Amino acid sequence: MKAVHYLNQFFAGMGGEEQAETPPTRLDGAVGPGRGLAAALEGVEIVATLACGDDYFAENEDQALAALLEMLAEIEPDVLVAGPAFGSGRYGYACARLAAATAERGIPAVAAMHEENPGVGEAGAAYVVPTAVNVAGMRDALPRLGALASALASGREIGSAEDEGYLARGFRRNYIAEKTGAERSVELLLAKVGGETRTEVAGDVDRVEPPPRVADLSSALVALVTEAGCVPQGNPDHLQSVRAQGWFRYDLEGADTLASGRYESVHGGFDVTLANEDPNRLVPLDTVRGLERAGRVGRLHESLYTTTGNGTPVVVATRFGQEIAGELRDAGVQAVLLSGT
Amino acid sequence: MLAKEIERAGIPAVYVTSLPTVATMIGANRIVRGPAITHPFGLDEDERRRIVERALAMLEADVEVGTVWEVEE
Repeated sequence: MKAVHYLNQFFAGMGGEEQAETPPTRLDGAVGPGRGLAAALEGVEIVATLACGDDYFAENEDQALAALLEMLAEIEPDVLVAGPAFGSGRYGYACARLAAATAERGIPAVAAMHEENPGVGEAGAAYVVPTAVNVAGMRDALPRLGALASALASGREIGSAEDEGYLARGFRRNYIAEKTGAERSVELLLAKVGGETRTEVAGDVDRVEPPPRVADLSSALVALVTEAGCVPQGNPDHLQSVRAQGWFRYDLEGADTLASGRYESVHGGFDVTLANEDPNRLVPLDTVRGLERAGRVGRLHESLYTTTGNGTPVVVATRFGQEIAGELRDAGVQAVLLSGT
Repeated sequence: MLAKEIERAGIPAVYVTSLPTVATMIGANRIVRGPAITHPFGLDEDERRRIVERALAMLEADVEVGTVWEVEE
């Protein structure tokens, strides 16, 4: 089986920073760290090394990728190996982008770099083997990189990130567990009591830095937003009660309260009896109007934004949030009171 | 998710929910615990006023990522 190895100009022995503008170049066989990698491969030969200057790649990414992919297409390897790039940002980025583009074309690809290298987030469906932050970790990295590259070239099914030694890519795959969820959760609990916290569901939620506080609420434009499925009575726009397909904006028309009989909740995730007796229990329009009159808040935005937060996939809910946030920003809204259930 | 995206756009957003654990998991920052799923702003006007005031106070505060405030009785 054939492997192609990607290196930057430095590791390919073409020179240091003064050669960082080197365009994509094809070299025969294994070069530099490729020799050590070759020793770690099983049944796989490095038939060619592709090299590119880090600056050239960064500044001419489209051309560099096109040229490298063309070389790959000529060679038709069973696997592409990129790096290790360790902590080098430009090199790691190039490795990751090439690996991602290669994987997109159906050729298995693996890059190696430090887990905090910005390239990690650019690797798409390609695998990333973690390394030390600098070249001192070469000896440790090559056997692990070689093992995964060999497995990829062989076409065998690749196991979990933990088992195979790559960084989790954020994909979840079903598998048949030997133990029930009850047994596994008790094991996790016992481990935690013993001081070791493990999880089967790693948190990969991106965090947003909280915006600074509202300096003066008494002069601010405040908007009401809800995920509680509040709509005008009769649900004229057919907001879904579960797995919402969209969100709606309703003009409050100066109303002082969300009156029962004029508004209702169509949320399918809870009993809406209490909410429909008094929809202010979900969206406190009556209270906020009172505070507006009292000068506690500056002005209430005349539009109520609503959707149903019930079984909505994260990507869809994120899109709703971005769309609503865009409208609020354009309207000059300075603070938001959001209700969910 | 709405709270997070609105805050990402730079607008402080306070999220009143009876499930603050879920809210922190998905990345909301300003969270006020409401009394129940079926009525996050309570049942009567007095309770509603207390919850709204607490929420407004959170908009007037600088907070850490994933902060949850309770409403005092």
